[in-house]
Amino acid sequence: MDDFYKGYILEHYREPHNFGQLEDATATFEDLNPLCGDKIRFDLKVNPEGIVEDVRFSGRGCAISQASASMLTDTIKGMHVEDVAKLGTQVVLDNVGIGISPARMKCATLGLKVARSAALGEIAGWPDEDAS
Amino acid sequence: MTTTVRPDTVQERILRDFPILHKPTSRGKRLVYLDSAATSQKPQAVIDALVKYYSEYNANIHRGVYEIAERATAAFEEARTKVARFINAAEDAEVIWTRNSTESINLVAYTWGLQNLHAGDAILTTQVEHHSNLVPWQLLADRTGAELRFIPVDANGVHVLDDLDRLLEGVKLLALSHISNTLGTIAPLEMLTQRAHAAGARVLVDAAQSVPHMRVDVRKLDVDFLAASGHKMLGPTGIGFLYGKRELLEAMPPFLTGGDMIKRVEYRHTEYNEIPWKFEAGTSNVADAIGLGAAVDYLSEIGMDWVREHEISLTAYALERLQELTRRGLVVYGPLPANNRAGVISFNLGDVHAHDVASILDTDGVCVRAGHHCTMPLMDKMGWPATARASFYVYNTEADVDALVTALQKASDIFKLPS
Repeated sequence: MDDFYKGYILEHYREPHNFGQLEDATATFEDLNPLCGDKIRFDLKVNPEGIVEDVRFSGRGCAISQASASMLTDTIKGMHVEDVAKLGTQVVLDNVGIGISPARMKCATLGLKVARSAALGEIAGWPDEDAS
Repeated sequence: MTTTVRPDTVQERILRDFPILHKPTSRGKRLVYLDSAATSQKPQAVIDALVKYYSEYNANIHRGVYEIAERATAAFEEARTKVARFINAAEDAEVIWTRNSTESINLVAYTWGLQNLHAGDAILTTQVEHHSNLVPWQLLADRTGAELRFIPVDANGVHVLDDLDRLLEGVKLLALSHISNTLGTIAPLEMLTQRAHAAGARVLVDAAQSVPHMRVDVRKLDVDFLAASGHKMLGPTGIGFLYGKRELLEAMPPFLTGGDMIKRVEYRHTEYNEIPWKFEAGTSNVADAIGLGAAVDYLSEIGMDWVREHEISLTAYALERLQELTRRGLVVYGPLPANNRAGVISFNLGDVHAHDVASILDTDGVCVRAGHHCTMPLMDKMGWPATARASFYVYNTEADVDALVTALQKASDIFKLPS
């Protein structure tokens, strides 16, 4: 068997970290993977300094999409939201630590896409610096 | 002393005819192809027909007066005849080449539909439709003001017809799939067509999943339009057809326009060609039409009754063997028993997502589809985020089902499902 489903991926799938929603979220985004219908939502709570104080994800999907989203919540907690918006797919590959076939890349990166969109939404809501 | 050699069975001969089944996967596994509802594999005879056309008589049709052009035209039109006979159309002219079922359905929506549907009319379809037989009608309803209605299905995906009379009131078109690509449900087509005709409606059948797998007789069914795809019936991709009754096709405006679909063109006026060419603008997909003709020959030689019986028995065997996985959380969807459905089995394995099931099966060379199968509304209605789907065709055997079951056991082990 390939190392496709390492133990820790299944652990994240069965017991995802930071699963749920935030009532006091400052930014929320949801998207779905039209290929498989998988859906993921990210709630971010960003403090005035721009730091992601808390994060939750919710939705449904395969082990790869759920585990990578779960791992990503650990990654972005404590990060500056502008850095979250700039994250590349490498962070996902580093997190899951297994080879992802082209067909499954959309699953692996769905959470990342949603987290980045939530971060961009947060930044877009900030007052214009020139105006202030 | 004489030795008797057992003659090859039909199944053995078929297996030899599909070169792809003899190529091991990159992991060195035997290819166990269980995704024929998505697309079928191709026998050598179809591959040869394509190679022969391109290497011996490639030429444009309906134009050239030289030998290979005449040969190409003859082969192209002969393929149409083969398809017409295969579905028992009254005449060849009732078979129009398209790219696939989707294009066939769109052709009807944009020509017959825009001409005949008006505000206050209704289009009736069902809750199991593939997006290809739903989205065109949504658009047609939006453009004409017609109402879109649905024949419901129960939890097994079987049509619920209690309310049919009311549903048929004011209906101009009943558009439904003969066989559900997701659940294998077979629609009671003859009865529904009679009821729809009695209510004054025309009937369009999405036969993408039935024409490849069972005897379909358009005159016995009395349907008005029928759409099918070549690539699901052992033929090449990029070729499909629309069957339509002559009087309807003749009254319809053209769909795509340009060369070949014309009889005479003036600067400000055009006289259209006769059917079927009225609907075949531009250079046709000559090679693939000829390839589909070869596929029809191949299926006719096996016999569609053999195909259907083979798939019923394989489906019954699969449903029985899959029960071994019930204790591991495997759930099978769709109508029972096997002779009430096509060779399509949708399932889920415990809390394992269908994509994960398909990925693990793939490592053993077992190809199944995972996802919503282009039936998102049905998946939403049933409350399934996704399902895995195994589907059978002439080249599948009980050994393929055994490989599926073994791979599913392995997936259950990896995900530590109860044993």
